[in-house]
Amino acid sequence: MRVLFILWLRQLKRYFRSKSRIVGAIGQPLLFLLALGYGLGSIYKKAGQGNYLHFLVPGIMIQTALFAAMFFGAMIIFDRQFGFLKETMVAPVSRLKIMFGSALGGATTATIQGSLVLVISLAIGFRTNRWAMVPVAILIMLALSVAIACFSSGIGSFVEDMQGFQAINQFLVFPLYFLSGALYPLNGVPTWLRIVAEFNPISYSVDAMRWALLGQSKFGIEKDLLALAITLVVCILFGVYRFRKIEA
Amino acid sequence: MIEVKKVTKKFGSIAAVDNVSLKVTAGERFALLGPNGAGKSTTIKMLTTLLKPTSGQLLLNEHDVVRQQDLARKSFGIVFQDPSVDTEMTAYENMQLHGVLYHVPKNQLKNRIKELLELVELWDRRDFLVKTFSGGMKRRLEIARGLLHHPKILFLDEPTLGLDAQTRNLLWDYVQRLSREQNMTIFFTTHYLEEADANASRIAFIDHGKIIASGTANELKKKTKSKSLEQAYLKMTGTKIRDESVDPHEAWRQRHRARAMK
Repeated sequence: MRVLFILWLRQLKRYFRSKSRIVGAIGQPLLFLLALGYGLGSIYKKAGQGNYLHFLVPGIMIQTALFAAMFFGAMIIFDRQFGFLKETMVAPVSRLKIMFGSALGGATTATIQGSLVLVISLAIGFRTNRWAMVPVAILIMLALSVAIACFSSGIGSFVEDMQGFQAINQFLVFPLYFLSGALYPLNGVPTWLRIVAEFNPISYSVDAMRWALLGQSKFGIEKDLLALAITLVVCILFGVYRFRKIEA
Repeated sequence: MIEVKKVTKKFGSIAAVDNVSLKVTAGERFALLGPNGAGKSTTIKMLTTLLKPTSGQLLLNEHDVVRQQDLARKSFGIVFQDPSVDTEMTAYENMQLHGVLYHVPKNQLKNRIKELLELVELWDRRDFLVKTFSGGMKRRLEIARGLLHHPKILFLDEPTLGLDAQTRNLLWDYVQRLSREQNMTIFFTTHYLEEADANASRIAFIDHGKIIASGTANELKKKTKSKSLEQAYLKMTGTKIRDESVDPHEAWRQRHRARAMK
């Protein structure tokens, strides 16, 4: 436990010491909320769908947690480039603990960032009457963040540098995000897009968030949580498997 | 204390370490010397569980480094050739993290950190982020950290690279003391032959992945009829300059260091 805790704490300390990461974490979702929320809000309303900002907020929270957790994998690349990874690799501690402790730290910071988005959203006009469900929403973000942090440490374990890591981000995570239902409702989209979304784990996290904060769900919360659980298990296994193969 | 039995490490078809056998007994100060790319670092990486040998067996404190990784890992401390401290944390936090990773009991950890940071004269700077440290200070921190868990074996991979004379002196004095007073086994590499001459109780030369000679400094000098260890070394390994193939991370670090020095 002491080992998991100190590795978790390291991620948190590093996060709170990096002002640029905190500012960036607020800036990007704010831009999305303002540009999309206000920019598309009137069209959305005319189409008879209601308040777009309300629809958008759960998606942007997931987006923020998703990309922040993905960034955690980059930390492994930095640790390797700055040499710190070797310090942990020669320690008499299982690789599983090293990866998991750090990934939990990365997931915690990602969840904090996602939760900050909720605060910002309230400031710009988001309202919910499901306050009791906010802790559930945070848990959903945490579960997704742990999954993605493990996934990204798996990626960070075998790509050589930041360029390689960015490529995976661009070609895998961005499409997964944009093809989920985070930014637009999946009702009435072309069939191919609906099928892609149904096999996309991000869709279910977004849907679960919307259920928690707005009481709306497309797939049903049971199916959402099941998909989230499967994603979590697969990502942890992948991360552990790749991380064990590291040779520093 | 350290045993290397017929160990080979191949990268593709090239053998970086080729059928090497070594034995270092408790309390010895053993220097492994050789040109760039001769196999020194690969040997240390295998001994410290960072690389797996292609064939052969390595033992630390009687523990097999492949099959009993954790027991082997508890037996040694290491000061790496390249920096390996977390520069976004303070000196104290780096020490603390290390202590926890090595299961140093909570009630001893504080005292040991204080003792070692005082030794390397960094106690006053314990709460500064390591990124504000000079190269020498980082090095001293790494040395203090490598000793924190009282290892039986200490690996020093070119520990004095880029250090000033004062710090080099302090380092070797302390290493001598550890080996004498605590019977700690020291395994080091260096490019400064006079350091090996002054501090090693036994020396081996490695070249092209093979051990080409070993013995005390005096034995090696006698064997080659040389006045200095450097002369003996050059007679055995030749005067041709070697190119080391560099892995991408190392290349990145080198660029980074070069930029930091400007």
